[in-house]
Amino acid sequence: MTATVPAKLPLGKKDRKQLARGEKLGASTRTKKRLTSRGATIAALVIAVLWTTPTFGLFISSIRPPEQILRNGWWTIFQNPGFTLNNYTEVLAAGNSTLNLAGAFINSIAITIPATIFPLVLASLAAYAFAWIKFPGRNWMFIGVFALQIVPLQMALVPLLSLFSRGLSIGDIEVFASLNASNAYSQVWIAHTIFALPLAIFLLHNFVSEIPSELIEAARVDGAGHGQIFFRIVLPLTMPAIASFAIFQFLWVWNDLLVALVFADGQVAPMTKLLAEITGSRGQDWNLLTAGAFISILVPLIVFFALQRYFVRGLLAGSTKG
Amino acid sequence: MSAFLAWISTLPALAQIPLVLAAFFAVIALLIFFLEIAPRSGRKFTIIRAAACVLIPGLVFLALGSVLWAAAAATLFGALFFYLDYRSRQGAGYLFQLVGFLSPAIFLLAIGLIYPTIQTTIQAFMNSRGTRFVGLENFIWIFTQDTGIRTVLNTFVWVLIVPAVSTIFGLAYAVFIDKSRGEKFFKVLVFMPMAISFVGASIIWRFVYAVRPAGQEQIGLLNQVVVWLGGEPVSWLSNSPWNTFFLIVVLIWIQTGFAMVILSAAIKGVPAEQLEAAELDGTNAWQRFVNVTVPGIRSSLVVVLTTISIASLKVFDIVRTMTAGANETSVIANEMYSQWQGFEVGRSAAFAVVLFLMVLPIVIYNARQIKKQREIR
Repeated sequence: MTATVPAKLPLGKKDRKQLARGEKLGASTRTKKRLTSRGATIAALVIAVLWTTPTFGLFISSIRPPEQILRNGWWTIFQNPGFTLNNYTEVLAAGNSTLNLAGAFINSIAITIPATIFPLVLASLAAYAFAWIKFPGRNWMFIGVFALQIVPLQMALVPLLSLFSRGLSIGDIEVFASLNASNAYSQVWIAHTIFALPLAIFLLHNFVSEIPSELIEAARVDGAGHGQIFFRIVLPLTMPAIASFAIFQFLWVWNDLLVALVFADGQVAPMTKLLAEITGSRGQDWNLLTAGAFISILVPLIVFFALQRYFVRGLLAGSTKG
Repeated sequence: MSAFLAWISTLPALAQIPLVLAAFFAVIALLIFFLEIAPRSGRKFTIIRAAACVLIPGLVFLALGSVLWAAAAATLFGALFFYLDYRSRQGAGYLFQLVGFLSPAIFLLAIGLIYPTIQTTIQAFMNSRGTRFVGLENFIWIFTQDTGIRTVLNTFVWVLIVPAVSTIFGLAYAVFIDKSRGEKFFKVLVFMPMAISFVGASIIWRFVYAVRPAGQEQIGLLNQVVVWLGGEPVSWLSNSPWNTFFLIVVLIWIQTGFAMVILSAAIKGVPAEQLEAAELDGTNAWQRFVNVTVPGIRSSLVVVLTTISIASLKVFDIVRTMTAGANETSVIANEMYSQWQGFEVGRSAAFAVVLFLMVLPIVIYNARQIKKQREIR
């Protein structure tokens, strides 16, 4: 073995001083790099401004009096100052004959929370089986589940609806009765659960299969069955992954319009559906639209900013491995 | 179950959440309990297992409200299953556990995705009531009529432009802000639209596109910019074919953040040694980017492109909220919904099938990628 001899590097005077002080080399090169890419920084700034301005404009408009919104643009707020929260109170009472936006807000919550938890639990059970129980045809079945994820939702909507409302009959024999729940959340819960399963199973499987096998083996030697291994070892270890998928699913369900249009009718409609309706019927009432839109994006934005780190982690796990 | 769901729907909305969750967790806890005692040997456990095998299928069918003898058949299958499980080569209880873990998810996927997909495919070849086989008539109707062709073409335009543009913007932005001060903050700004619903985004952009007659003060930002530059205000959403592009901008606005986050993480994974080696060889920043960074993030690029492609094929909310498909902006998903609302179930199903055929190549490509990865593992 030879001792490593520090090579004589062609260092500048400044760099040598830095090294002598025990600093990392590179702080100065980094500043150099940033100076050369001033154009890039400006381009990034332009993109950032372009991307934020529309949302910002919506927010400003939502707190301006209705006459002013219609008279001049939100960028003239300093020439034409005005502030009101009336738009918000007014839009919360707006809606159709059976429902106003405040009720729809409650509906959104009542739809989203169960529709986030159901698929997570069922998917983590299935993900465990795909990762740690060996059975013939496992790979093919797993790929099949993944492929289902890309079957367009659109193909499943209408038959699923008739399954809910009419039940399933083979010939004249009724195998399932109808769910009988046209004005309840249950349809939309079940629909969202089903549509989330393929992605959830796939994502959670990636995490569950990465638990060291020694850990599982050790538990098995100690006499734990699959039920206990799942509950005591796998579930706590995959909590971060479950959290990240939970956020993902929460945003998806909250923001969804298509499933809501088909499955959540009348009194149980969520906010997206009602907003789309208001946009159709009162498309020029900008004071209502801006305030309504801002209410609908408020909850996702809070969730997003509070739990951003988990969200990004979930996205990365789902895509860089897939 | 139907009675339980009917009863629960009479309660106030917020009271339903804890109740339904409690019921759900009780069922899951019971399932895990059975799974735990399944592999244990001994007379007592065998009897419990046998009872579970025989009773649970029957009870599930009864709870779903099927006729009595369907439940009886399920019970019989349960008994048969118990026998298979008892004689299983991996030991008694093995099959029981496997089915216990997988069956809830697989059952839901079967009734909620597989069965409906088959059903829709059949319906695409039936008349509007689903009573008579009409062959390819629905498909011929789509492709022989101006609005149908327009709809399919528009979908192609979406899927060609959105993935390319948002990936380019996302990649450029990720590179520009890489290692700069305040990188996190810059990321959040562009990533934020991901959290906004498509409906919310549509309202935001409708406001940007709002138009007033010339001479009046504009309230839409885009038209104000045009007026400042000395132009005439334009009605962005009503002039075909350019209006489709103004809708596409909205999806690009949303998806760029997604592309940026994934690609930014991938860029950080490119080994610094390779970049330094290239630098020593005297390459400039652009050459390094094209020859080192881009090959290094290839797999992430593919993922981003396919994911956004699928999202743009399925786009519905934006078109529905902004124009509802008027002025030749319709896309397949929107037309499918409109036809269904007009009680043209056959045509609606035909649109869904066309959409599926367009997604299919991407499915096959992705599935093969995954298979490759699993084989490596």
